[in-house]
Amino acid sequence: MVVDSLGVGLATGAYGVSFGAVATASGLDVWQACVLSLVVFSGGSQFAFVGVVGAGGAPLAGALTGLLLGSRNAFYGIALAPTLRLRGWRRLFAAQVVIDESTAMAIGQLKDRPGDERRARVAFHLTGWTIFVAWNLMTLAGALAGNAMGDPRTYGLDAAVGAAFLALLWPRLTAWPQRVVALVGAAAATGLVPWTAAGVPVIAGGAVAVLVGLALGRRTVRA
Amino acid sequence: MIWASVLLVGIGCYALKLGGLSVPQRLLDRAIVQRVAALIPVALLAALVAVQVLADGQRIVLDARLVALGAAAVMLALRLPFLVVVFGAAGVAAVLRLVGWLP
Repeated sequence: MVVDSLGVGLATGAYGVSFGAVATASGLDVWQACVLSLVVFSGGSQFAFVGVVGAGGAPLAGALTGLLLGSRNAFYGIALAPTLRLRGWRRLFAAQVVIDESTAMAIGQLKDRPGDERRARVAFHLTGWTIFVAWNLMTLAGALAGNAMGDPRTYGLDAAVGAAFLALLWPRLTAWPQRVVALVGAAAATGLVPWTAAGVPVIAGGAVAVLVGLALGRRTVRA
Repeated sequence: MIWASVLLVGIGCYALKLGGLSVPQRLLDRAIVQRVAALIPVALLAALVAVQVLADGQRIVLDARLVALGAAAVMLALRLPFLVVVFGAAGVAAVLRLVGWLP
């Protein structure tokens, strides 16, 4: 379990290099890229922020998109709370590493060995903090490299952002309702591009897709 | 404005994590809350993919980014690791531009 947690942690933390490179390619400076990784520390939200800003959107629209994507971490926290049983300052620290991978490792341990909460807690903290250290170091490395490279389009870094979003989306497309929601979200956002300011299509298109998903779910329940 | 937004998204994301660890359990029991929570990442990430690959300001542009996304999808279907997919897609776009087939 220790090896698994460290392995997942280092592998995930290595993505930080792509975030750092993409962030500077989107017009952020090295400091801003590093502060995002330190304070936001949630890959999807960070890529969303730099994606919207890089496309010329208002920084506030980027922040809103990042916050909406970050909302899933709140639900991870709710699921983890009974197992982690954190109080006081320990909760304040642990909260920062409530992310996809640390949650998946902790829940995975609980499924493998029901009742062994100590093991799940170790998996959570070890995975979370390994990613935190690696992610921030790799962000700095990526940002410095990205800054030194010149025009990011020459290296296709603008295309890397879309690939990163697709890679984050891919494991969630396990069933048809999710795939339909994804298609609607993509289509609605694309349709809104010519008519709205940059940054708006993502949020509005995403909202339309969530509503369609809810309607789909209701019909499935009725049928 | 950039710095203010960086701090806003940072503090907000931290508050969401801490809030999740701190709220009472029964909030999770509402089915609608769970469904919306599961749908938001899918909907937003799909919208982000589309806008990132197709938009140039307020115009829709078909260029090397779309081919690179197709390459990324193939690499994901082959279960290649995240970093390979991301930098592989960048490489595809870079080569297409280098040889001048697509802008």
